[in-house]
Amino acid sequence: MDKPINNRAWFLVLPVFIIVAFNAILPLMTVVNYSVQDTFGNNEFFWNGIGWFTELLDPSTDLGGRFFDSLGRNFMFSGIILAIQVPLGILVSLAMPKKGWGVAACLVIMALPLLVPWNVVGTIWQIFARGDIGLLGYIVNAMGLNYNYTQDVLSAWITIIVMDVWHWTSLIALLCYAGLKSIPDAYYQAARIDGASRWAVFRTIELPKLRRVLLIGVLLRFMDSFMIYTEPFVVTGGGPGNSTTGLSIDLVKLALGQFDLGRAAAMSIVYNLIILTTCWIFYTVMVNVDAERKS
Amino acid sequence: MARIDLADLGHAYRPNPTKPSDWALKPMTHVWEDGGAYALLGPSGCGKTTLLNIISGLVTPSQGRVLFDGKDVTDLAVEKRNIAQVFQFPVVYDTMSVADNLAFPLRNRGMDEAAVQTRVAEVADMLDLTADLTRKARGLTADMKQKISLGRGLVRANVGAILFDEPLTVIDPHMKWQLRAQLKQVQERSGVTMIYVTHDQTEALTFAKKVVVMFEGEVVQIGTPQELFEAPAHTFVGYFIGSPGMNVMPATVEGGTATIMGHKIKLSRAYKKLNAKARIEAGIRPEFISIAAKKDGIPVQVKRVEDTGRFRIARVELDGLPLSVVAPENAKIDGTTAHLSFDPARMHIYADGHLVRD
Repeated sequence: MDKPINNRAWFLVLPVFIIVAFNAILPLMTVVNYSVQDTFGNNEFFWNGIGWFTELLDPSTDLGGRFFDSLGRNFMFSGIILAIQVPLGILVSLAMPKKGWGVAACLVIMALPLLVPWNVVGTIWQIFARGDIGLLGYIVNAMGLNYNYTQDVLSAWITIIVMDVWHWTSLIALLCYAGLKSIPDAYYQAARIDGASRWAVFRTIELPKLRRVLLIGVLLRFMDSFMIYTEPFVVTGGGPGNSTTGLSIDLVKLALGQFDLGRAAAMSIVYNLIILTTCWIFYTVMVNVDAERKS
Repeated sequence: MARIDLADLGHAYRPNPTKPSDWALKPMTHVWEDGGAYALLGPSGCGKTTLLNIISGLVTPSQGRVLFDGKDVTDLAVEKRNIAQVFQFPVVYDTMSVADNLAFPLRNRGMDEAAVQTRVAEVADMLDLTADLTRKARGLTADMKQKISLGRGLVRANVGAILFDEPLTVIDPHMKWQLRAQLKQVQERSGVTMIYVTHDQTEALTFAKKVVVMFEGEVVQIGTPQELFEAPAHTFVGYFIGSPGMNVMPATVEGGTATIMGHKIKLSRAYKKLNAKARIEAGIRPEFISIAAKKDGIPVQVKRVEDTGRFRIARVELDGLPLSVVAPENAKIDGTTAHLSFDPARMHIYADGHLVRD
């Protein structure tokens, strides 16, 4: 078949290009612009080259130390919530009813936390976990455990992790549930005939079918938790000290609190690059898994 | 190896069946011999799969018992019965190799590894899978996957019966023949009872020694392909088996004569005791009607003649009643009228669809 070749067709792409230019490329360029300049006020800027970047990536400086500390906390937070939410989500999805009225009931209840706005989640837990008037905080303290998320680092971490698990485990569970529903009955019947144990059914039938949705689930949860801002900001404000300050909170402190635009811009760009790189790695893994499936 | 007894077996998906249409499977009693190759043949929704799932234990019947070699297994769980089932869509364990797939049922039952390997090698040899044993099961073609499913059944030395639920539906046509032939060969070599569900008469007739024809939740006939052809026990069997199917004509019968559309036709014997209220029909296969242009026999209008390659089929009308007739290659059927004569020995009388035997 002969396909007409007409390079004027590129003009059709122009509207999209213009929209992307205005909503993504131009704002990003202003950040790039700040990241290579310094100012002493009066809206006068001086060329600083890669000065901010070298400072940022050198852990011995103030800025670098602060950056790597936040980055480390971010990775730890993402690691912990993934380690909890993924297995928990799978377990929940396996325990969900497969048919009957229970399905709809479960889906609605599970979807509820996902529909609550971030700062409302923060506010809920901020109050819920308070030692004086919060139901959770009061009970835990009454049981004789020392729990105070405004002063104790461990309590603060436990609070934001439990909060995130409450907020987002449903996402993994719902994704997995959809994955499980797509397995034909014949697989389970065949497994019964083959005398497979429950664990063997999970390992040989369910888990392979869940691989794709889990990859997507892990990607979403990693990205989201790595960029988390609102909930810890509302609950702990990044404290006690800096103990629950992640990159997002740190960035806002630097950019809006200290109005240190150059440093903040450099940090934004590096932060962005880390996320893009992780995305790319996930994407590559997913594509490879697909290719392996087809071969 | 097992003989399968179905004792007063029936199943309804809703409780308390009252009318006949409430039954997915009307109560029946049958014996299926050990080592037999059976085909369950019938249109979609006639209860074939229900019956199969009852035998394998995936469905618990609402009444009656299932016996394997005289032992009641009705309440026994699927994994406790010595039964294997191959499904319409091939089921393989994607992450495992072909060999591991075949070994899976044995390992689940705690068989020792050396014995597992021996059995796997034997079965792979029987199914021509030896060369592919180390491959991953993922990405194999549908027919290979179906062979693996079959192999998982055969690998269990004590398997009583292997059930097939339309196993060739998703297989490419040119592979179907090959796989079906191989299946039959495996059945003969292993001597395992096999029950094969299908709605394709060619599949049923080539695979099975005994064909079980089902219609509306009822087994209407169990017989060899020849019996089904020569003496259909039900008008449905006559219509469903054979291409084209049997001609079924409304008739009245008095003694040794049938009257069809006002034409008197002599029968091979006299029928007595015909229920006056029953719907009486006469059935004869297109192969047993001869057609000729000469003015001798019953006059019909020839609508068209189809050439199937091996023989020709004349589609005719007897006073508006459509009939099919197999016409010999050299028969001259020209014009629009012809004359039929029926072979009385091949003409059957049916009352309410069932063959009148006495």
